[in-house]
Amino acid sequence: MTGDKIKKTIKTIRIDVDKCNGCRACEMICSAFHATPKYSSNNPARSRIRIIREPLRDLYVPVYAGEYTVAECAGRDKYTIDGKEYDECSFCRASCPSRDEFKEPDSGLPLKCDMCEGEEEPLCVKWCMHDALILEEREEEVEELEEQEDLEIGLGSLADKYGLQTIMDALSRMSKKD
Amino acid sequence: MRYAETGFNLEVDLTRGNIEKVASDPRDTELYLGGLGTNAKILWDRVPPEVEPFSPENLLIFGAGLLCGTPAVGCNRTIVSTISPQTKLMAFSMMGGFFAPELKYAGFDKVILRGKSSNLVYLWINNDTVEIRDASHLKGKGSLETAEAIKKELKQPKAQVAAIGMAGENRVLYASIEQGRSSASRGGIGAVMGDKGVKAIVVRGTKDINIAQPLEYLELCNEVMEYIQFRNENPIPGVMPILAGLGSPQEMKVHDEKWHTENFMWGNSRTRRRDFWNDEVAREWMETLDQSRTRLISCYNCPMTCGATISMPGLPTYMMKCFTKLTYTMGAFSNLDFGLRIAQKATEYGLDGFSAPQVMAFALELLENGILTDKDFPDMPTDNEGRFFYLLDKIVRREGIGDILANGTYWAAREIGNGAQDYAHNNIKKIEQLPLKLSMLNPIYFLMYCTGEKINITQIEGQFPQAPYPKKEHREKFCEDWIQVPDEKFKQYFLDWEPRGENSMPFYPTVDMCCDIVDWQEKMHYIDDALGQCSGLSAFPLKPPYHIHNYPKFISAGAGIDMDEDKLSKAAKRYRTLVRAINIRRGMRRKDEKPPEDHWKKRFPELEKELLDAYYKFKGWNNEGIPTKESLYDLGLDYVSKDFVERGILTDCEDSPDKDMPDEDVLAEKEKK
Repeated sequence: MTGDKIKKTIKTIRIDVDKCNGCRACEMICSAFHATPKYSSNNPARSRIRIIREPLRDLYVPVYAGEYTVAECAGRDKYTIDGKEYDECSFCRASCPSRDEFKEPDSGLPLKCDMCEGEEEPLCVKWCMHDALILEEREEEVEELEEQEDLEIGLGSLADKYGLQTIMDALSRMSKKD
Repeated sequence: MRYAETGFNLEVDLTRGNIEKVASDPRDTELYLGGLGTNAKILWDRVPPEVEPFSPENLLIFGAGLLCGTPAVGCNRTIVSTISPQTKLMAFSMMGGFFAPELKYAGFDKVILRGKSSNLVYLWINNDTVEIRDASHLKGKGSLETAEAIKKELKQPKAQVAAIGMAGENRVLYASIEQGRSSASRGGIGAVMGDKGVKAIVVRGTKDINIAQPLEYLELCNEVMEYIQFRNENPIPGVMPILAGLGSPQEMKVHDEKWHTENFMWGNSRTRRRDFWNDEVAREWMETLDQSRTRLISCYNCPMTCGATISMPGLPTYMMKCFTKLTYTMGAFSNLDFGLRIAQKATEYGLDGFSAPQVMAFALELLENGILTDKDFPDMPTDNEGRFFYLLDKIVRREGIGDILANGTYWAAREIGNGAQDYAHNNIKKIEQLPLKLSMLNPIYFLMYCTGEKINITQIEGQFPQAPYPKKEHREKFCEDWIQVPDEKFKQYFLDWEPRGENSMPFYPTVDMCCDIVDWQEKMHYIDDALGQCSGLSAFPLKPPYHIHNYPKFISAGAGIDMDEDKLSKAAKRYRTLVRAINIRRGMRRKDEKPPEDHWKKRFPELEKELLDAYYKFKGWNNEGIPTKESLYDLGLDYVSKDFVERGILTDCEDSPDKDMPDEDVLAEKEKK
């Protein structure tokens, strides 16, 4: 840690569930943008935004894919807002074992929103003509963190999956072979 | 690789329980595009005219449009085709919503049902895993109830469900197929689904749809989005609110009941109430709608909000769009509160919102006039609303008089006899029409009513203004940014069109102009129906974002089929002619092509004959409305003309038995006998 303060632009999306018309254009364009090559295919099951949607109960919650989590949480609470009951999961961004949101349909690998890097604004925001999704940018002073290296991230997730001890055992076995 | 389409159809034989994934022929896509076009090809090839609607040999085809599942805005329609039990002709009712894209993502362009299941079943399509499952526990359940129950039992909240209610199960001839916020209603396709023993089709798909030229395609989509935004900000001046903007008529959003209630007919399409609307009614109805409408909602990938979630106090929530808001209200001479209440039940039962209220009003008219008696309606409540609820239940259960009424006004009137036929007065080709009665013949609408094979005026009108603008400067202004016209001559037609005088209806637009206008309007609908595009962003409104100039680019960039305006027009003409060929083979002729006799008060028989003669010729049909050998050859439909000759519909040596036709009234008289 260096402890230095740096200025950073924070991008957030303001979500107004009352304005959502449930059309799922956000899911569609997200999946198209993230196809390779860009826009070459689309498939909402690959999108990094999902509308948690129950039309007959009038629930429409656009949610963005956030962090991957190895285990499901204990959260099974219910929220009642304006007389409508929501599951806690309806607001959660995690790609988590308890549900099939935010996972590549073929591989099961987790998905995460990247705010459509390189575009003027996230395309879901652009395609939402009802302004249920609005991009907001603000400047914040944050402490500079040292970048965690790729190797460490990789090892970390392996440790998450197999347990640290197993990884250490495997490493020592591998080093003996050399 | 196939682009925009998946290249596979799902063939289900319900009799044997056999399920097959069958590759489709890419050459058919070039010739007939998809959706309605390829549906018609399959019906022509596989359902000969001897096959009755309720025969196991009849097919029920759910076809997703060619561009459904791509980013094309508002392209989400499923075209359901079969032989209609009501008209005995081809039905191609359509539904928006979310079903078509989901089917494409599951890897199929169409589901083709044949045979009959001996017990009630539903079809569960989960990508490549397809099962026929028992649905006996869903018997008698409402369409929305069914959808919710299935999603729960499969633990598939994201599945899309197209289901029938009790009306379809009991083969009510105007039963619909309901899919959440949308329905395929006209022509009794729900009855065919019920006859096949299929309660629902459930689909979940997580596969990709590919685009041939991704960047070009997205650019086209962006242009459409921008144009929609422009049109939303710039409604067309001088027309009533629901025609000023885009989308299906914005019945849910706009409080426009005044226009409909004063201009459309009440009861059994009889009574116009010119002074119906007043402040008291306005206040009451606005309150009803505002209190029950919880949200304006859309179909897949569409910014228009043509539908709404409706929660009437004490009733389950349902979703609605468009004119059903008023059909029950007006059929029963009641108010909006009643209309929204009974529509909830009718949606669960799965009924066509145009036909059902007219059938009920027709029954009560027969009772009033002594053709039916109180004995036919045992225990019927005395209040008007109560009677409609009573009749609704009798019809969907086919109990007592309901069993006859379940066949629609045309067939019911024949069965009841005793002069009942005069009361089934609002039909074209045996199917109930919009309750509209007007004073003077409109030549454009005359042709559309006569020849529209969707047999529903809203599915052929659009593009060209419905009435002339009084002031020349307004007409000029309208033409300034009218980019959608296929040819500049249409602007001139409109510029010279006056409300009064020499250039006014019924003799202007001239016969030739009317042919051009009707052909253009119809063509755009047929293109929509093959691509799966909602006509609310295309053929129906004035100045829509999709038109003949950008559609070929969408098809080229999206489906990878080399397309231009001429080729697209020809393809549309090809499958439009094929739809006609199917109906001709089933006996449809010129005598069937007429509006309800009382649609206009002032009729012009000579002009009408001239119009129909000219339009048939323009379309390449003979005087009986049969496509000629020459026009069939031009379209590459030689197989149709061969079939026509074999069946004696066309003769080998001459193009058509071009005899002078007997007077239409004489024919109609004969029909009645």
